[in-house]
Amino acid sequence: MTVALRVNGEDVRIDVTDRTLLIHALRDHLRLTGAHMGCDTSQCGACTVLVDGVAVKSCAMLAGQADGCEVVTIEGLARDGALHPMQAAFAEHHGLQCGFCTPGMIMLGIDLVRRRGAADEATVRSELAGNLCRCTGYQNIVKAIAAGARDMAGAA
Amino acid sequence: MGRNFGRPVRRLEDGRFIQGNGRFVDDVILPRQTYAAFVRSPYAHARITGLDAAPALQMPGVVRVMTAADLAGAPDMPCGWMIHSRDGAEMKVGSRPLLASDTVRYVGEPVAVVVAESRDQARDAAEAVAVDYDELPVVVDCGDAMAPGMPQLHPAISDNLAYDWELGDEAAVDAALAVAAHRVELTLRNNRLIPNAMEPRACNADWDAQDEKLTVWMTHQNPFGMRTLYSAYYGLAAEHSLRIVSPDVGGGFGAKAPNYPEEVVVAFAAKLVRRPVKWTADRTEAFLTDAHGRDHLTTATLGLDAEGRFLALKVDTIANMGGYLSTTGSLIPTYMYGTMLSGQYVIPAIHCRTRAVYTNTCPVDAYRGAGRPEAAYVVERIVNVAARAIGVDQAEIRRRNFIRDFPYQTPVLFEYDSGDYEGSLNQALALSDYAGFPARKAEAAARGKLRGIGVAAYVEACGIGPSAILAKLGGGAGMWDSAEVRVNPVGTVEVLSGAHSHGQGHATTLAQLVADRFGVPIESIRIVQGDTDRIQAGTGTYGSRASVGMSATFNACEKIIAKGRRICAHLLQVPEDSVRFADGVFASAATNKTIPFGEMAAAAHAANAFPTREIEPGLVESSFFDPPNFTYPSGVYVAEVEIDPLTGVTEVAAFSAADDFGIIANPMIVEGQIHGGLTQGIGQALWEECRYDPDTAQLITASYLDYGMPRADGLPEFRLAFGCAPSPSNPLGMKGCGEAGAIGSPPAVINAICDALAIDHLDMPARPEKVWRLLHPKAAG
Amino acid sequence: MYDLAYVRPGGLAEATALLEADENATALAGGQTLLPVLRARLASPSRLVDVARLAELKGMALDGDRVVIGAAETHAAVSQSPVVAGAIPALGRLAGGIGDPQVRNRGTLGGAIANNDPAACYPSAALALDAVIRTTRREIAAADFFTDLFSTALEPGELVTAVMFPRCAQAAYVKFPNPASRFALIGVFAARTAAGMRIAVTGAGAGVFRWREAELRIDAGGGVADLDDLALPEDAFTSDLHGSADYRMHLARVMTGRAIAAVDA
Repeated sequence: MTVALRVNGEDVRIDVTDRTLLIHALRDHLRLTGAHMGCDTSQCGACTVLVDGVAVKSCAMLAGQADGCEVVTIEGLARDGALHPMQAAFAEHHGLQCGFCTPGMIMLGIDLVRRRGAADEATVRSELAGNLCRCTGYQNIVKAIAAGARDMAGAA
Repeated sequence: MGRNFGRPVRRLEDGRFIQGNGRFVDDVILPRQTYAAFVRSPYAHARITGLDAAPALQMPGVVRVMTAADLAGAPDMPCGWMIHSRDGAEMKVGSRPLLASDTVRYVGEPVAVVVAESRDQARDAAEAVAVDYDELPVVVDCGDAMAPGMPQLHPAISDNLAYDWELGDEAAVDAALAVAAHRVELTLRNNRLIPNAMEPRACNADWDAQDEKLTVWMTHQNPFGMRTLYSAYYGLAAEHSLRIVSPDVGGGFGAKAPNYPEEVVVAFAAKLVRRPVKWTADRTEAFLTDAHGRDHLTTATLGLDAEGRFLALKVDTIANMGGYLSTTGSLIPTYMYGTMLSGQYVIPAIHCRTRAVYTNTCPVDAYRGAGRPEAAYVVERIVNVAARAIGVDQAEIRRRNFIRDFPYQTPVLFEYDSGDYEGSLNQALALSDYAGFPARKAEAAARGKLRGIGVAAYVEACGIGPSAILAKLGGGAGMWDSAEVRVNPVGTVEVLSGAHSHGQGHATTLAQLVADRFGVPIESIRIVQGDTDRIQAGTGTYGSRASVGMSATFNACEKIIAKGRRICAHLLQVPEDSVRFADGVFASAATNKTIPFGEMAAAAHAANAFPTREIEPGLVESSFFDPPNFTYPSGVYVAEVEIDPLTGVTEVAAFSAADDFGIIANPMIVEGQIHGGLTQGIGQALWEECRYDPDTAQLITASYLDYGMPRADGLPEFRLAFGCAPSPSNPLGMKGCGEAGAIGSPPAVINAICDALAIDHLDMPARPEKVWRLLHPKAAG
Repeated sequence: MYDLAYVRPGGLAEATALLEADENATALAGGQTLLPVLRARLASPSRLVDVARLAELKGMALDGDRVVIGAAETHAAVSQSPVVAGAIPALGRLAGGIGDPQVRNRGTLGGAIANNDPAACYPSAALALDAVIRTTRREIAAADFFTDLFSTALEPGELVTAVMFPRCAQAAYVKFPNPASRFALIGVFAARTAAGMRIAVTGAGAGVFRWREAELRIDAGGGVADLDDLALPEDAFTSDLHGSADYRMHLARVMTGRAIAAVDA
């Protein structure tokens, strides 16, 4: 089947099998490898992208289900070489170690700000229910998202 | 502390990760790429009575099906560490073929592999490979493995016993225990864990028939070790024609250090089909086949004198090896475990017996701490049982027994290099407001909650070496590391490091070291790791050993500076011994002229201002560092828990960690390592538990729906403090911090829970139902 | 995932026709349960009929004394709806606690109801509030809808189109999460309705049920402390690696007490 998407501001059409997951369409067909596949049960959140503005797990969505949608991946956040505030916050607060879960964490952080604004750390912790990290113990991810949320609110 | 070294420099590698440009193995798609899917045993113990690949070969897109028959010349998988039993016999190694041919011994063991044009087609066809099995009875629990009548896993290995090892003077221990004023005994389990690096294992192998060159992209902690094995042992290609690339590695925790069958089979497959073959494990495969961690059953006895001083410790451990001995599986419960049983204490006599047994479970190997957490758990638990028995405060009993003079030779082989255990204890008690605990406990009680506090003191051995000693203990490989420092004509620097980062931030910490040593901007330094075609040699990263690679880097820098002084002596026309180098500038008391580091580099390459017969042109130096001893990081942790007696739920209300890692390169990165280690340890104490069905040996915690991973919302904000007793074992005084958190935190949490419940012991993980049953022993069931 | 066909019909009639024409076809809404099941190759439908965007399955509105929520409304939408928050605040909070944020952004009310996972949250609210499930063919009372674990009164080809919840200001849902999956190990929805106290328990293992003895005790003037000796239906509770039946029964009592306390808070 042919799927039409607007990915990171660009219109694309890709030919995929019906059973192709959105994550594989992004990674294998569009070579956007920032979103990662970390589990089989849609628990880990490493595959999180924005579809029509909201965070979804791209491993729990068929490419066909996203037909006609706007998709933003981690690769689409920086503008003209300037980092998105949530990206910058992860670097500033050491919110990553191996970097595998990081794209999903950043995309979830952006979705969190959309819904909850400048959330406190306790809120961030509960909002991370669907994102696993094995390296950081979450402490600096929580700080990064809270700081990124403040920066996004300040920039708005 | 320099301009960079010792400071919380932000990571140089973060840019690519936060923008989605990290390069992990599964991100690589090669021209004419094919995909592999493994046919795995659905049974934990069975004879293979038939295998028919024909139906799979008819499936769309299938390129090839490989079985054990296609690997007839390949050797069995090796165990890399020889352990001798008490009677002097060599350990008994069960034959482990790359693909099972006649018997399978754990669920998920690979039996065949399908190579196809797409991932889905490979998976479809793998289901079509028809394998006939005759099921055999299973054994799961290490405590059962040696019992009479149990299923036997390997021919000619009786009682499933791989080895019966000991360390220490048993007679001295027995004599001391016999006269001890107090004796306490404890039986405990160290629960089996599944490592769960977020990036699953993956590889992509490409055979260049023209050049007879094999390239294997592999997410691994030790690319050079794999090159040696793939070449010298499996004969896949000559060593100089074999390239292993481990690009960005998404977490390792020990589980990406062993030699696994899948990656080797994929490399053979690439040679057979003459196309690149890629395999990426899904999470279920990771649960089933990534080497598991821990899984000990231990009985320990501690003898004390009337004043509460330790006299002797006797430890008897049964360690579960799984169905086969993994690459370093034999090492973990012996020299990484028995050697650490002195803890931070003067214990005049220690004896450890370890029996390693085969069971119908996934092979067990290194997992964050690898033997040292198991040792710390035994020591720190039984110390609290003793404190409770003789009515001494848990901090006080530790203070009474601390080692205070260094170096300290323990009765179990190791000589501790340095430490200030009481300093760490004092730090931890202050950080946790230990004195204020009774008030917090009373306040919690008023809310209907049970509050407890737990102290745990750990010491561990990092930076494993020297090679000669390790060889005497059974080691099969040198344990040095290597660095090559290349200074380019304009003064930029490349460091080719044999260590390998999988999240530890070497690209930053090594650059901090070099930037300060050369007095150049950190941006002008690039660290190269993980590619055996680019790097001269290395041994990878595990066992918190980056201090070894960093020392090699430091020594290579010193050689560069020494050469720079010789070159500058000519440029300045002064005696060589008058040339000093500081803050990036070569200077001499004999002249007012100075030469910045960059100018010296240019001169080294221009090679026209010094005699090239005396001084070779160019500016490249390498160093191999073989550490004279391990380093011994230590720390004291205090956990505070609150238990809801109505549900049995334990919440870690506060956690304080006071660590001594000697000299620290980057406190921000070290803190991050501690956060992660503590979280894994708290996970072990509260939620994580690999469970097999006792009757079928099916893995019943095979997904994140059933295996309790730590998440952001179940953790306190960690309070950290650092002491500093530099290690004399390397030129930088560093000790290693990667595993500490996972070593000290499980006993701290369990000690706190036992304190809250006023009990001697409960086994990890402290699941709510387990705690609830302890509180309500009369409840039904 | 096995090979299959994916189709996105333009309207409800077309969707129904597709489902009725092929007994191996399955409706796909948010897919937050179905897609992981398919990825694990635990099911092999011939065709997925995507109903997530059908306008007929959307909307949240008051209809007299009931809130009508379209089957394709996501948990996130329900949790953020002022209509729901005004009429049944506990329902919005329940929806806001399902799964995780990404799952809530995709997962739907209709999908959760039709799947009837024994550890799902929504069925307890539907049962406690006497919701009515509207399908492409009829209306079914919640009490008749949830028949057994993972099974409902839905017939082949029949789709949930909306769920109608009677207004209820005094209700609360308390969940004891499974520490691994975060599904309900036990969840209790308690509601003071016109017909009296309603208590529905999910997570017990054999499917959602009402604890009628507790309802009667509370209606008779009993307090939370009076529930300890009350019988629970033993056959509703099962044991698995996350908890024994005994422990689940104990948790059901504790969570019921906490839910009632929250209702009356």
